[in-house]
Order: sequence, then C-alpha cells, then structure tokens
Amino acid sequence: MPRAKLEVPCKLEKLSVLDPDGKVDAKLDPKLPDNDLLKLYKTMWQTRLLDERCLHMQRQGRIGTYGPCKGQEATPLGVAYTLRKDDWYVPSYRELAGCLWRGWKIGRYMLWWGGHEEGSQIEEGVNDTPLAVPIASQCQYAMGIAWASKLRGEDTVCAAFCGDGGTSQGDFHEALNFAAVYKAPMVMVVQNNGWAISLPRDKQTAAQSIAQKAVAYGIDGIQIDGNDILGVIVAAREAVAKARKGGGPTLIEAITYRMAMHTTADDPKKYRSEEEVKAWEPKDPLTRFRKYLAQTKKILTDKVEKEIETQIREEIDEGVRIYESYELDQYAMFHNMYETPTPELRRQEAELRDYLENGRPDETPTEQSPTASERV
Amino acid sequence: MPQMTMVEALNKALFELMAEDKNVLVMGEDVGQDEGVFRVTARLLKEFGPDRCIDTPLAEAAIVGTAVGLAIRGFRPVCEMQFDGFSYQAFHHTEGHMRRFRNRTRGRYTVPMVLRMPYGGGIRAIEHHSEAPEATYAHLGGLKVVMPSGPRNARALLRAAILDPDPVVFMEPKAAYRAFREEVPDEPETLPIGKGQVAREGKDVTLITYAAMVRPTLEAAEELEDDYGIDAEVLDLLSVSPMDTDLINASIRKTGRAVVVHEAPRHCGVGGEIIARIVEDSLMYLEAPIKRVTGYDTIIPFFANERTWMPDVGKVVKAAVETVRF
Ligand SMILES: Cc1ncc(C[n+]2csc(CCOP(=O)(O)OP(=O)(O)O)c2C)c(N)n1
Ligand SMILES: [Mg+2]
Repeated sequence: MPRAKLEVPCKLEKLSVLDPDGKVDAKLDPKLPDNDLLKLYKTMWQTRLLDERCLHMQRQGRIGTYGPCKGQEATPLGVAYTLRKDDWYVPSYRELAGCLWRGWKIGRYMLWWGGHEEGSQIEEGVNDTPLAVPIASQCQYAMGIAWASKLRGEDTVCAAFCGDGGTSQGDFHEALNFAAVYKAPMVMVVQNNGWAISLPRDKQTAAQSIAQKAVAYGIDGIQIDGNDILGVIVAAREAVAKARKGGGPTLIEAITYRMAMHTTADDPKKYRSEEEVKAWEPKDPLTRFRKYLAQTKKILTDKVEKEIETQIREEIDEGVRIYESYELDQYAMFHNMYETPTPELRRQEAELRDYLENGRPDETPTEQSPTASERV
Repeated sequence: MPQMTMVEALNKALFELMAEDKNVLVMGEDVGQDEGVFRVTARLLKEFGPDRCIDTPLAEAAIVGTAVGLAIRGFRPVCEMQFDGFSYQAFHHTEGHMRRFRNRTRGRYTVPMVLRMPYGGGIRAIEHHSEAPEATYAHLGGLKVVMPSGPRNARALLRAAILDPDPVVFMEPKAAYRAFREEVPDEPETLPIGKGQVAREGKDVTLITYAAMVRPTLEAAEELEDDYGIDAEVLDLLSVSPMDTDLINASIRKTGRAVVVHEAPRHCGVGGEIIARIVEDSLMYLEAPIKRVTGYDTIIPFFANERTWMPDVGKVVKAAVETVRF
C-alpha cells in the first residue's frame, strides 16, 4: 500500500454554552451554584472597573504604560475558577480577572504597572507566577511547574496563558511538545484576541485554527468562545480534570477580542477599523453574563447589583490608596539579587548611597592634583 | 538642512537605501502596517510593498534566523527587534549563524545584515524594555556593534551598517529617539564604523561614552567647566565593536585622566574593555585611577527606580572631579 491517507488520532472540538444574548445551552450548562455565579460576576465586573481605572490613572501619569484587558475577562476568570487553590496559574499580562480570583491584591497589581518590583511579589499562599512580558516564554516554566507536580506525585495542575501572537514563538511549541511527551498536567490556554499588536491572526498562522496545533503534539485541542464564561468553565474543567488524572495536557484556544488598544503606547487606528471593534461589542463577556444572571437565572436583582458595585468600587479605591501610599525604596534594585549580596554589589550600593546623600563634590575651585611623576 | 529627530533620521536612512537597492529588506514585528512601535519604519510598507517591508509573525528567532538565509542569497535584511530585551530570543541565530557564516564557509557565504534594536532605558517602560546588552554582543567576534547618539550620526551609521559587508548589531538609544532634533543633510552620508568622535575638546580629563549617555556627559562637561573650572574632553565612541582605540589613547595621552560612562551594568561592561586598552597602551600617561560611571550590577530596575539606577549628570560630575582631585 504505497499511498494512503495518514490517520492521525485526535480530538478537536468547538464549544460554546452561553450565547451573546445570555441564553444558555441547557445540555451543556455547568449548573454552577448561584453563589459562585455571583462571585464570578463580581470578579468579572471588578476587573472591568479596575481596568478602566488603570487606563485613567495612566493618562494622569499615576502609573506607567498600561495593557488593558477589556473584553478578555471571561477566559482567565473561567479557567481560574476551575483550579484548586494549590494548583498553579501562570499568566502573561492580560489575565487580570483570573489573578483577582486567585487572590492577587489590587494594590500590588498596580505596583507592577506603576514601575515597582514589588508588583511581581506573589502573595503568600498563592501558587502563581508574576506577569510575564517576553511573549510565550512563560509557557516553558509553566510546563516545568506542571512537570514538577508529576515528578513529585502530586495531583496539582498548571494552567498557563499566552496570546495568539505567542503561538508563533518557539517557546510555545517547545513547551507543548515537552508537556505532551512527559504527559504533564498542564492546561495551555491561548487567548486568541484576533491581534498581536498590529498583526491580525490570519497573518500570524496559516492554520485555520490555533486549537488544531494540538494534533501535531499528540494532545487534545478545543476551541471555545472565550467571551462565554460558562463555556470556558466547561472546557477548562474537563482539561483540568484530565490533567489531574494523569491524562496529560490540553490546548484550549479561546476566541476573544481585545476591545481596547494593545497598550496605552499603541494607536489601534493604524491597523484596525472602528467597525471591527463595534462588531464585537454585542459579544461582550460582561453584558452577556449580566443578562444571563438577571434574565435567565433571575439572581441578579438591582439591589444585588448595587451591593456588588459598592463593594467592588470600595475595594478598588482601597487598592489605589495602598498603591499610592507605597514608599519607594531607592535601593530596592540591590535587594534580592542573590541570597547573599556580592561584595561588589555592596560596594555599588554604598556608592549610590554616598551620591544620594552627599550629592556633588563641593565647588571650591579644583586644584589639579600632583602628576604621577610629582607624586613619587 | 532639515531638522530631524533620531527616529526621522533613521527612517530617512532606511527609505533611501530601500530606494537605492532592491535587495534591502526591512523585517520584524509591526514594522509594516503599524510602521514600527517607535515609527522608525514609517512609510516603508506604503512605498516598497509587503515583500520588502515585512510584518512577520511574532518570533525573533525566525526573524533573525531567516534573515541569515536571505542574506546568504544576496539580500540585505534589516531586522527590527521590537525591544532590546527580546533580541535574546534570537540569540542562538545571532551567535550561532549570523556572526559565523563568513568564517565557517571560509568566505564563500557572507551575511550582510543589520540587527536593529531600540536600546537602553529612560522611557519609563515595563520589564525587559530597557536593557543595555551591548557588551553581550560586543563579546562575539564577527559582529560589529554600533551605538549612535544623535539624529545625524544615527542616519549616517545606519547607512554604513546596511552597506557593510558583515553583520552589524545596531542599537538605537530610546532616550534619544525624540529627545532632540539635529540638522540632517539631504544628501546621503555615512560614517566609518569603528571610528569615534571628539564631542567636546578639553585638556583636564577625558570622559568616554556613547549612545544616550553622550548628552548627560556633555552637560556634565559644561557643569565641570562652570562650577569646578575643569576642562573635560568628551569622546563619543559611536561603535563599541570595533572600538576606536586610537581616539581613546590620543585623548588620554593629552589629559592623563579618564572617566568611562555607560548605562549598561559595570561588570564585564564595555567600560572594562576601554580601561584595559588605556592600561595596555597608555599606562605611563595616567595621572589618576580611571573611574566608571555605569548602571549597577543588578537587574535593570522597574521604571520607578530607573533614573536612580542610570548614570546622570551629577554622577559624572562627581567622578570627574574626584578623578581630577585624586
Ligand atoms: C519576545 C517578545 N517579543 C516582542 C514583544 C513585544 N510585544 C509585546 S505584546 C506583543 C504582541 C503579543 O500578541 P499576543 O501574543 O497575541 O498577545 P496580546 O497582546 O494580543 O494579548 C508584542 C510583539 C514581547 N513582549 N516579547
Ligand atoms: Mg493577541
């Protein structure tokens, strides 16, 4: 038989549970407890408001360049919801919603965007890694973290995130290949928001989907509506359960959209149309979830909504206060370089201290020092 | 002559060379439709089309790795790394192929490409966007490492880099991208790669620097004259590999004193090499130990502490006065 179709075993699916009108597919509904639904709603909304606040503060110069996550709240939040406290959550930089769910503090999160190392300090008891800037690099240590669970005989799982752009990096492929080869308990979530700064998804990869890349690694892939919190939870739950049972990694492609600029340094008008952005507005994850809770589930009354709003605004205000009362330590750069600072680092710290405390030398006219030959 | 920022001057050099030689290609992330995140590649897509101004997928290793192949086939790729900190993602190609092909094929294949990157700190950017990796590249034989300091020399050096028969790492100081304008002549001009310039003449002490540190160093020289009566000479190296040893030694033999200024960390930094060359060639002319004003041997801090970390006018003044008063 010289030529035949190559049969590649694979499971590739598409999934959505909650449509843009807030209607749920009854067969797929994960049937979450009301209390959980309201908590998820609170975090999603808080993410939206905090994101707005950060944009505002960037414009006022109170934080630095900011990368908004508007429109991308459902995916990281849904994934985080399916994790246990002792699981690992490895974000890139647009996964704020899940960070808040996992217990990250608003004040500390703002420190990161405000230019302070302490913004990367993870709260005690939270098994997460800080924001990762070099695109897709986090996939590699996420795989290592997942691998460690397996090597240690733990049943913990690691969920990692990157963007559609990230899937072009060697790091993404290498990490998934390792994860598949070692059957590591990893859930790789790609937030496909249509753009990598100015590059549209169809110029990022010639493949029809990102989910299908799973086939090449010999793992399962699934494409979900990333703006549908319930769909995300269904898909992530299965992937997490499978990983926990030793079934190896899953690739989840979440289709979403970056509603705002790439970062505050970016001007999206240069590369995408207003119409395209407008067309995504009806698919917004927050309004969809709100409709579902208010109209379908009827658990989000005006009164509840008001209570939630007051609470999340207070928490944000408190976070901003904590951020803004942060006292800059000018020597912070020397700390945590090594367990024990090197002699040279100590010397350099002393050099800086001398400069900051004593400033320039006094201005008495400088006498030329003796020349070397005069000195001997 | 028109007044230009460094961004505009670099764009001018790219535009001119793409017009002159169809083998010149510009490739990188967001260089086409978006015209580069700093707009250095403005108008290139419109003028030369998507086969010559190429928006690549997000993969630095592929950008540099494929450019090596394009260069072997006679193209002159000018690759943009979106930021200095991401040039490391392409490092195995820069080190393993880009710099080696001439040598390993005994001259049969050459790689006349340019690896451009925004360089250094000073723009309040997030992590990995303010790196100063010149020593890492200067350590690799086969590469030239060029560090312009102003619009006019940036334009002339980029032109020289693209015309150069060998691979050039071209580091563009972000802090100088739009900080000031200079007259840039209409007609093409080049500067020889490997030659520095005397940016200010003086007789008491030589301040040796390059890239974004040239401006604060010149400011320090003014202050040294006004407030301390010290007449400082300032050298702008423009290239750290090759390095203009003759320029450095000639100045040292005149002043007998030196301070080296760069924003990159001190340990194994370019400053160490500069001092070694002075010691090798002009030890007997020295009147005082040479000082270094550099970034510290830490991870380049988040931007709240960036200015504290970087050399500034006061640190240069202090080091120069101490050197002269030694
Ligand atoms: C290795 C690396 N190269 C380049 C950049 C600059 N950069 C930051 S975000 C970005 C686009 C990322 O697109 P995607 O992965 O789709 O994530 P999104 O921003 O859309 O969430 C680029 C090129 C970077 N941070 N890291
Ligand atoms: Mg994207």
